[in-house]
Amino acid sequence: MSEPSLTAPHQLSYTYKRSLGPVFSKFFTALRDRKVLGMKRRDGTVLMPPKEYDPDTGESLDEMVELADAGVVTSWVWVPKPRRQQPLTQPFAYALVQLDGADTAFLHAVDAGSEDKMSTGMRVKMRWADETIGAITDFVFVPAE
Amino acid sequence: MSDDKNDPVEIFRGHVELDYQYTAGVSASRFLRAVEQGKFLGQKCPVDGRVYFPSRGSCPMHAVPFGDDSTVELPDKGTVVTYSIVRVPSENIPLELPYITVQVLIDGADTALGHVLDANLDDVRMGMRVQAKWKPKSEWTTSMANIEYFVPIDEPDADYETYKEHI
Ligand SMILES: [Zn+2]
Repeated sequence: MSEPSLTAPHQLSYTYKRSLGPVFSKFFTALRDRKVLGMKRRDGTVLMPPKEYDPDTGESLDEMVELADAGVVTSWVWVPKPRRQQPLTQPFAYALVQLDGADTAFLHAVDAGSEDKMSTGMRVKMRWADETIGAITDFVFVPAE
Repeated sequence: MSDDKNDPVEIFRGHVELDYQYTAGVSASRFLRAVEQGKFLGQKCPVDGRVYFPSRGSCPMHAVPFGDDSTVELPDKGTVVTYSIVRVPSENIPLELPYITVQVLIDGADTALGHVLDANLDDVRMGMRVQAKWKPKSEWTTSMANIEYFVPIDEPDADYETYKEHI
């Protein structure tokens, strides 16, 4: 081989639209109004994020309930060097957050400033974007005090 | 997301982006350097003589490496072996609708190249003879983007028997 291999940046991108359906449409419309809706199961427990079907029994679910905008970190990992397209440009934590009133935790970002502010069991609350559009990126969590 | 602030949010717009640094490797680098010179290179399998285009380093059928001596130069003419008329837009394809995608079997090659054909929708057909339309030479780089599209040429259609194994 006489010449070195060619190399070049390569971006693979994939854009698509997905119909949200009745449950997720309500969920995202509520987010635009700065409210969070979970889904109540027949046994009274609440799923967040909401699901269209009960993951255990498979029955249809449609009783959505409003949850608090604050909750508890059940697990987390620190992201010291955020990459492009991650939710924050400064270092942050990905955390599982169980909102008050929910029985399941969901993954989101915590803008904690530094890793030593993070701990399992800590309280966090939502900080909404100036303009909400009905997307999961309409908020991030911040430590609550 | 929705257009009106009072409408329910009914559509999720997904956008997945993956950034790579792509390294072409020996064979594709040689191929692309030839494309920079306006030439097409294929590689001939030492076992059965099939010519792979674009060249790819080893034979996927016989798992043998293609040495430097397997390189063959090919013309930029070929035969449409199959085609599709695209009437649905893709966000990352800037072509005006409708347009024609073709699989072109370059003369002397045994594998077809996917590209776009600039022709009347009514004219495109299997067996149609076509040629690459290159960008101006001053714009050539080590990229298949040197070829803007294929165009029909004034030659009789290829006989089905000559390309039926390559559809
Ligand atoms: Zn072979």
